[in-house]
Amino acid sequence: MATTAEGFDIHSDDHAHDHADHKPGFFARWFMSTNHKDIGTMYLIFAIIAGIIGGAISGIMRLELAEPGIQYLQWWAQFMGGGNDLNTALHMWNVFITAHGLIMVFFMVMPAMIGGFGNWFVPLMIGAPDMAFPRMNNVSFWLTVAGFFSLLFSLFVPGGSGPGAGTGWTVYAPLSTSGSVGPAVDFAIFSLHLAGAGSILGATNFITTIFNMRAPGMTLHKMPLFVWSVLVTAFLLLLALPVLAAAITMLLTDRNFGTTFFDPAGGGDPVLYQHLFWFFGHPEVYIMILPGFGMISQIVATFSKKPVFGYLGMAYAMVAIGVVGFIVWAHHMYTVGLDVNTKMYFTAATMVIAVPTGVKIFSWIATMWGGSISFKSPMVWSMGFIFLFTVGGVTGVVLANGGIDDNLHDTYYVVAHFHYVLSMGAVFSLFAGFYYWFPKMSGRMHSELLSHLHFWTFFVGVNVIFFPQHFLGMQGMPRRYPDYPEAFTLWHQVSTYGYYIMAGSMIFFFVNIAYALLAGKKAAANPWGEGATTLEWTLPSPPPYHQFETLPVITDAHDYHDHRPVTA
Amino acid sequence: MAGKVNHDYHILEPDIWPLVGSISALTFTSGMVLSFHPDLFGTAASFVMWAGLAGLIATFFMWFKNIVVEAERGDHTPVVQLHMRYGMILFIASEVMFFVGWFWSFFDFALFPAALQYDADTGTTSNLLGVVGSTAAFIPEGMDVLDPFALPLLNTLILLCSGTTVTWAHHSLIHGDREGLKQGLWATIALGALFSCIQAYEYAVAPFGFGGNTYSSAFYMATGFHGFHVLVGTIFLAVCLYRAYLGHFTPRQHFGFEAAAWYWHFVDVVWLFLFVAIYVWGGWGAEYH
Repeated sequence: MATTAEGFDIHSDDHAHDHADHKPGFFARWFMSTNHKDIGTMYLIFAIIAGIIGGAISGIMRLELAEPGIQYLQWWAQFMGGGNDLNTALHMWNVFITAHGLIMVFFMVMPAMIGGFGNWFVPLMIGAPDMAFPRMNNVSFWLTVAGFFSLLFSLFVPGGSGPGAGTGWTVYAPLSTSGSVGPAVDFAIFSLHLAGAGSILGATNFITTIFNMRAPGMTLHKMPLFVWSVLVTAFLLLLALPVLAAAITMLLTDRNFGTTFFDPAGGGDPVLYQHLFWFFGHPEVYIMILPGFGMISQIVATFSKKPVFGYLGMAYAMVAIGVVGFIVWAHHMYTVGLDVNTKMYFTAATMVIAVPTGVKIFSWIATMWGGSISFKSPMVWSMGFIFLFTVGGVTGVVLANGGIDDNLHDTYYVVAHFHYVLSMGAVFSLFAGFYYWFPKMSGRMHSELLSHLHFWTFFVGVNVIFFPQHFLGMQGMPRRYPDYPEAFTLWHQVSTYGYYIMAGSMIFFFVNIAYALLAGKKAAANPWGEGATTLEWTLPSPPPYHQFETLPVITDAHDYHDHRPVTA
Repeated sequence: MAGKVNHDYHILEPDIWPLVGSISALTFTSGMVLSFHPDLFGTAASFVMWAGLAGLIATFFMWFKNIVVEAERGDHTPVVQLHMRYGMILFIASEVMFFVGWFWSFFDFALFPAALQYDADTGTTSNLLGVVGSTAAFIPEGMDVLDPFALPLLNTLILLCSGTTVTWAHHSLIHGDREGLKQGLWATIALGALFSCIQAYEYAVAPFGFGGNTYSSAFYMATGFHGFHVLVGTIFLAVCLYRAYLGHFTPRQHFGFEAAAWYWHFVDVVWLFLFVAIYVWGGWGAEYH
């Protein structure tokens, strides 16, 4: 089998300047794009910018929490145009946690995973020339940007007792209704409407592309696992986001038009909002991690130089996680007064998810087992993912128990848990995917040394931030508070030191990108060797503006693992 | 064949409307926020909302116009038509989930009601929580509801009838009967408009105002969003009728029409659930207006 693309005549040099590589002018290319790779690039750049802002906000929070008492919040309140009193300062804290959560979920992880890597690599991996609806692809991106702007607007208008929306990313009523009458929360709600509309359109685009644009012979059971992961994710988006849209529309009408969906004075029920929110919110956490699962599967197989272990089990484990993810939502609400039978059901259903998740963890390990592993940057990030996501998964099983959660609900134990699965699960898979595909996207090799330095410093940093938060939670430190008794000082200080390490490690990341773009070696079509067997590696790096103008053909000689053209 | 396109997919030229539409959407939502808070932003702020809405309408108009032009130009190969089928089915699936949210709150309120009292003179509702002798009831004590077997039943028949007229139009189209297509579409649009008029009349004479208690909140928001979908579906069908006069659609290729018909049936089915759940079951035992 050839390791490069000679088998597909699409990218032979003689037509490099032909139709396939004709690019529109600057404005048309970047503001009117109908090209999945350009839109993917814009999503990635957008996600990095949003990630810098969201990460900076967490720095503000870690600085505040470095010692007991209120240090900086009053300064921030005045800086944002609010008063100098303690109420405004405490409101600023709520604004920070809200902005951090919303930005990281809706404007960093989702755009990077689905918008960025999904857009770039779903068409390439299934052998398609573009997405099914290229214009709609672009409106998905710009609606996400519009949503981000709506969230930014909210910072500059009154919310509760100061500027900005201080509701938490969950926007629970009545804090978000009668508790924050100013327009900031309206702007934040519309931010979710806009980003949600973009995501729903994106989901229909991905499902249609994957069902209808696979290359001849690329059956569902030969499709790369990353594509499977985006397919399942897209279904979760399609079915979960509209329920959120309905719920936050109820918030809007309760706030502005006198309905009483969540207002007990008119018979409404704030707990109803929590049900509606988490019916969306729990699938949402799988939306954030499933594409990461897909990327890890590709990377582990590539650098173990082995087909992924248990391909069909891996694919259907993701389907199972997606399906069961819709019927476990109330484990986020154990302390609202659910009856014991309901808590028992949601405990049991939640535990069931550990089974397909375990299938995935053990299959990744089995893929590495006996493999010829090369510890390139994507692989070390993937191994970091497997270890740290498992830690987050284990604390998830602890929290799944309704009885235990009665004690741990809304403590730092929960904060530690979901940062292990997101800041270390989702984010590690994002960096793994980034280093895996950066040469393909940019045509330049990044520095392995800087990538490894980035990995090890980031690994140490995030663990120092979040592992002590388990102790804080067990000791009773509640989440969403800017102040605490002195007894919690030690582990908060350690956690803040961890933030410094993590923030410093990001320097390696940015220097690495700059180095690669300015001075990086040209990337070969397949820089990762014989283990990289999916279709994107058969194209040059970067791929032509329009790839696969003659579709690749997957024959009976191809299995699920190896899609390279068959040579005699 | 280097450099030649050897596939049937539709590779699109760059297009400005996604950007215009997104900016318009942001303008529209931001303008709504400004108009929600006239105390802070003044009453003229709603101008921003109307500007955004105008941009949105322009975007929809140009976007669908471009799709129609491309369809008539022959860009929509069989595989591209299949894309659109998938896209429309998935869009309707997401719409179903949107209504699931509204039905969810309706059933929450209906099955686990509070004890409410309605003052018909002032139109206000009070919660009787803790008042001795009060009993929980979904319809607040003292509040009348609409008689489901009067105009709502008529509306049900109108929508069911419109489902048959749109099928009449479809069959005419398939059999090459252009006049039948136009007649069926005219009838469907007329029935849709009649439905909307009756619904507007019902809102105007309803014995309870908007909001204030859970029944009227769930009732107006669920039926209101349905009514909005009826309007969208009617416009969609009207566009198809206009295209029928332009000579568009062939017996083999007419997905624009089919999408409108699917959407219409979806709107119809939502109404049946609204009718059975909210009007009949939800109002059971209450005083009819």
